[in-house]
Amino acid sequence: MSKIEFKNVRKVFEGGLSVLNGVNLSIENGESHIILGQSGCGKSVLMKCLLGIFKLSEGDIIVDDLSVNDREHRKEYVKKFSVLFQGNALFDSMTIIENVEFGANQVCKDKIKCKEIAKEKLLAVGLEERVFNLYPAEISGGMQKRAALARAISLSPEILLFDEPTSGLDPITGGIICNLLKDTVKSLGVTSITITHDLKVAEFLSDRVSVLNKGVLTWTGHADDMKNCGNAFVEHFYKASNIILKK
Amino acid sequence: MKLLSTLGRYSLATLQEIGSVAIFTFNGLKSCFIPPFYFKEIWRHMVIVGFYSLPIVALTAMFAGMIIALQCYVGFTRFNAEGAIATVVLICITRELAPVFAGLMVTGRVGSAIAAEIGSMRVSDQIDALTTLGVDPMKFLVAPRIIAGVIMMPFLVFIADIIGVMGGFLISTTVLNFSVGSYITQTVQNLEIIDVISGLVKASCFGFCMVCFGCYHGFYSDLGARGVGNATTSAVVASCIGILALDYLLTALFFGK
Ligand SMILES: Nc1ncnc2c1ncn2[C@@H]1O[C@H](COP(=O)(O)OP(=O)(O)OP(=O)(O)O)[C@@H](O)[C@H]1O
Ligand SMILES: [Mg+2]
Repeated sequence: MSKIEFKNVRKVFEGGLSVLNGVNLSIENGESHIILGQSGCGKSVLMKCLLGIFKLSEGDIIVDDLSVNDREHRKEYVKKFSVLFQGNALFDSMTIIENVEFGANQVCKDKIKCKEIAKEKLLAVGLEERVFNLYPAEISGGMQKRAALARAISLSPEILLFDEPTSGLDPITGGIICNLLKDTVKSLGVTSITITHDLKVAEFLSDRVSVLNKGVLTWTGHADDMKNCGNAFVEHFYKASNIILKK
Repeated sequence: MKLLSTLGRYSLATLQEIGSVAIFTFNGLKSCFIPPFYFKEIWRHMVIVGFYSLPIVALTAMFAGMIIALQCYVGFTRFNAEGAIATVVLICITRELAPVFAGLMVTGRVGSAIAAEIGSMRVSDQIDALTTLGVDPMKFLVAPRIIAGVIMMPFLVFIADIIGVMGGFLISTTVLNFSVGSYITQTVQNLEIIDVISGLVKASCFGFCMVCFGCYHGFYSDLGARGVGNATTSAVVASCIGILALDYLLTALFFGK
């Protein structure tokens, strides 16, 4: 049985903007899934629908046996996830290390152990100890992204969601983060969904790729098959990624 | 016809707003009594409400006391009742002016900050992040602020009572040439516990009102910087009106016939 099942998911915002027009997808347990798509096509909205932050206009999402529409089991449902938001969502009243500790504290109640986990994760994402006691507003955007990532992987969830984990990072740090994501997903044996623009990241991380266009998933398959999949939009997306801008 | 439908729409929207504030307030209150409790957050907000608001509250109370003494003197000399100044200052400050002024000043200082902080947390997905970390935002964001407001406002107002009365004393004995001894005796003689208690109860209620409106408007803030700005304005306006309305209700309850 699949771990996550999107059933004809529609999302229409107040004012009539229709962002998702019937998304169908099933993701297996332990799968590392990538969602690709143009900017503004509704990838982040899809993720927020999955988390139950946005109410679905129509359709259903089933994770294990729980439905996102089932408000009674909301707590159990949400507990399955650990999320890296596109905008980081670090708590700005806490320092970097307190942010990660706060995350870790939800799974382990021992204060000292939480601190150790927090330190370990922060070092793993390549942050130096000097920034541990700074506030989110005092560090750079890329550092914030890494701190948020450390917070996300400090929990031990069943499903990891990453919204653009490498955007805004230099290629060296981006590479480190990619490897870290792959290791984390593998060592925890969890299901993961990663949203990205970057085809290289997609190829490196994915078992399967889905492409979101005009509110529906136009294509799902292996990253290597994108080139000749027969879908005009996907091929265009693939080619555009490989164009080197000429002077 | 058009006027009627507009009027109807506005009344419906207002009723809906009142309903959702009531539900939010109820949920906030409920979450104050259900664990887990975030003591560090409670302490942080107690310091913000109680300690950092002390200077402005003390200053307004002092001026309030001074102004009443002066006004009363002008009015009371017309029918030779200057002797009542100490009593009037005492009653005005403890029953009305200290709690109301403190409520309004703390609304401007803390209520607006609550709406802005929670609003910007909403905008930057921090509230959603709390939920995905398994933390109930009502318990983490709203409950500590309610507890801090309800506990610290009476404390603030108690100090404002003392300073307000001192303000009246200062003006009476220096500018208006009252004797120090008789002013003090009069104040002590006319000190009624119910006056002070009613003021402190009011303070607690005002604190609750201020925090609830701040949290509510922050929580349901529109996205973007303008949304947060509007949320802050609405929080301050709603809370000021709420405080004055509550003041009337509580006064009627305590001293009404
Ligand atoms: N809270 C909201 N209210 C109304 N419309 C929204 C809201 N959030 C997103 N949208 C709309 O949904 C559409 C998709 O937004 P989304 O953030 O999902 O894009 P995205 O695919 O994640 O893009 P990017 O790659 O740039 O992050 C946009 O047109 C946006 O205007
Ligand atoms: Mg996005």
